[in-house]
Amino acid sequence: MTTMKKRSGARSLFARRAALGALILTPALGLTLGAASPAQADHDVKLGLMLPYSGTYAALGESITNGLKLAIEQEGGSLGGHGVEYVALDSEANPSKAPQNMSRLVKGDGVDVVIGPVHSGVAMGMLRVAKQTGAITIIPNAGLEAATNQLCMPNVFRTSFSMWQNSYPMGQVAYDQGHRRIVTITWDYAGGKEDLAGFEQAFTEAGGEIVEQILVPFPSTEFQTYLAQIASIAPDAVYTFFAGGGGVGFVRDYAAAGLNDSIPLYGSGFLTDGNLVALGDAADGVQTTMHYAETLDTPQNQAFVAAYQEAYGEVPDTYAVQGYDAGKMLAQAYGAIDGEPTREALIAALGSVQLDSPRGPVSFSESHHPIQNVYLREVKDGEHHVTAIASPQLEVPDSACPMKS
Amino acid sequence: MDLAFFGVQLLNGLQYGLLLFLIASGLTLIFGIMGIINLAHGAMYMIGAYLAFDLTQRLGNFWLAILIAVPIAVILGLVIERLFLDTLYKRDHLYQVLLTFGLILVLNEAQRIIWGGDVHSVALPAPFDGSIALTDNLQYPVYRLFVAAVCLALAGAIYWVIRHTRLGIVIRAGAVNREMVEGLGINIRTLFTLIFSVGVALSAFAGMMAAPLSSITPGMGDSILITCFVVVVIGGIGSIKGAFFGALLIGMAETFGPVLIPSLASMLIYLIMALVLLIKPRGLFA
Repeated sequence: MTTMKKRSGARSLFARRAALGALILTPALGLTLGAASPAQADHDVKLGLMLPYSGTYAALGESITNGLKLAIEQEGGSLGGHGVEYVALDSEANPSKAPQNMSRLVKGDGVDVVIGPVHSGVAMGMLRVAKQTGAITIIPNAGLEAATNQLCMPNVFRTSFSMWQNSYPMGQVAYDQGHRRIVTITWDYAGGKEDLAGFEQAFTEAGGEIVEQILVPFPSTEFQTYLAQIASIAPDAVYTFFAGGGGVGFVRDYAAAGLNDSIPLYGSGFLTDGNLVALGDAADGVQTTMHYAETLDTPQNQAFVAAYQEAYGEVPDTYAVQGYDAGKMLAQAYGAIDGEPTREALIAALGSVQLDSPRGPVSFSESHHPIQNVYLREVKDGEHHVTAIASPQLEVPDSACPMKS
Repeated sequence: MDLAFFGVQLLNGLQYGLLLFLIASGLTLIFGIMGIINLAHGAMYMIGAYLAFDLTQRLGNFWLAILIAVPIAVILGLVIERLFLDTLYKRDHLYQVLLTFGLILVLNEAQRIIWGGDVHSVALPAPFDGSIALTDNLQYPVYRLFVAAVCLALAGAIYWVIRHTRLGIVIRAGAVNREMVEGLGINIRTLFTLIFSVGVALSAFAGMMAAPLSSITPGMGDSILITCFVVVVIGGIGSIKGAFFGALLIGMAETFGPVLIPSLASMLIYLIMALVLLIKPRGLFA
């Protein structure tokens, strides 16, 4: 049986009461209250979705949910023979509400697995509760390094990426393409700096030099002054991390300033992902590294894209794949458990999952970070063309994680 | 810093400052004359950008889109003033702040419902889609120069209206003593409606002009609102002249700051504001 309850995050006591009222009216009440002991053999698997369904990141939350549900539907709507029940909660991408929301899912609804979040700030709050309660958590996006490094724990997995994993392979690529002096630029915030650190590490290890690291106040999209600075330094190339509106703004301004004629632009995949229409021909020739590309020419990806389009009428993005793999991961893990799916059995099974994902082979490191291919992509005619595997089956060091031997 | 680099940054600062003035002028007008702190001013900037994007898509022509979008913005301002603000004039400032804050939420959500969460852009419109070479590896889009020229022209026009027309006399008088102006038989209600619509439309117009320059994103008005408040406070609340020089000062600070003192870049404009307020507590031109 698949039932769906959708609740908004508690905006006030009143909203919470209203939500409770709505709950009482649903036939699933018995299940909600009777779920004190998780993972009984004959009861449904309860998946708690803690994703943004409103605000700036709503589209990402929808993509992940769509991907996850598609994967589970492909498994006949069940996980290893257990029915699935979804409890969706709007995280609002609001870090301050994260611990409370996570507690509600884990203690209040008694979910077996939490899937979320999108936002790294929310992840910090969730991880605290995951530590206290031991709740099994699958992170389908948030790229913060700490989740599988300093704060790693046996019950937390991710199906996404970390900033380092996406940017590190580009350092060698840029060096191999003949660049020696590079300027890096990003927003002055943790995500951007973690991304730059990966690139800079690889590029200097290869023998290149970072001549300047420019940090733009977050979330400013006024780039003119930095473009003039880059022009006056005249480096061999520029590496950048911006996403969303910042990505579009930077790449367009860079092209309008004519810099792309003399100084090639490199970046993390988020620079252009989901932005290709808005970028137009300004992105032509921009090279990025990323663990996925919708144009990836493999049978697995083509089948996934076709199925996703059939189900939702749009081309899947990276977030959809991350949600999809979370679903496939759960299906494989539940399927592998003989007998009672206890918490310990599930954690062990999740850790040894190996996916034949649309993005290529995926397995999990001891810190529960995906070991996966990172692709080199070049934008041509408004599409990502995968030109090479920049780093095959790359494992993130996560050297501060005690689970790493 | 060589001379060419300095010149380029001067141009950047000027252009950014002039755009800031266009947004801040409406904010300061509305506060100076009506005593209303319009927190939704940034949201109107965003609505302007989205209108420019949407209508350019539909009509295939940016200039035509602006021609239609400006009246829409004026009407939106008119409706907000008549329907919502009108009932709150006699109340405390706090009610108006609460209302305009609510308007931010409503406008942001309306944006999401109508246009979704995707990032959009508008192509540089002809005949200003070219660029001129500044140095051997840096070009400057002609459209940015055009925007600067338009902002400068509008600044001149606003100055002229306020200094040299009958309407300007009423506006200046209204800013000094509202009751006395009413006592002289001038209908302050009509004046308020006019000021609010024009002020809000100025912000939306700035959003339209900025649309082809950068990216169009949800919440793009929120950060510009803060910067504009800094401009208005520095210049002196209610002073158009103050908004003009305040905007240029902030434009220059945001341009030269990150290059000269990168460690202070994100707080420089607030430091400047604090400094100005220490020396002139009511702003430069109040």
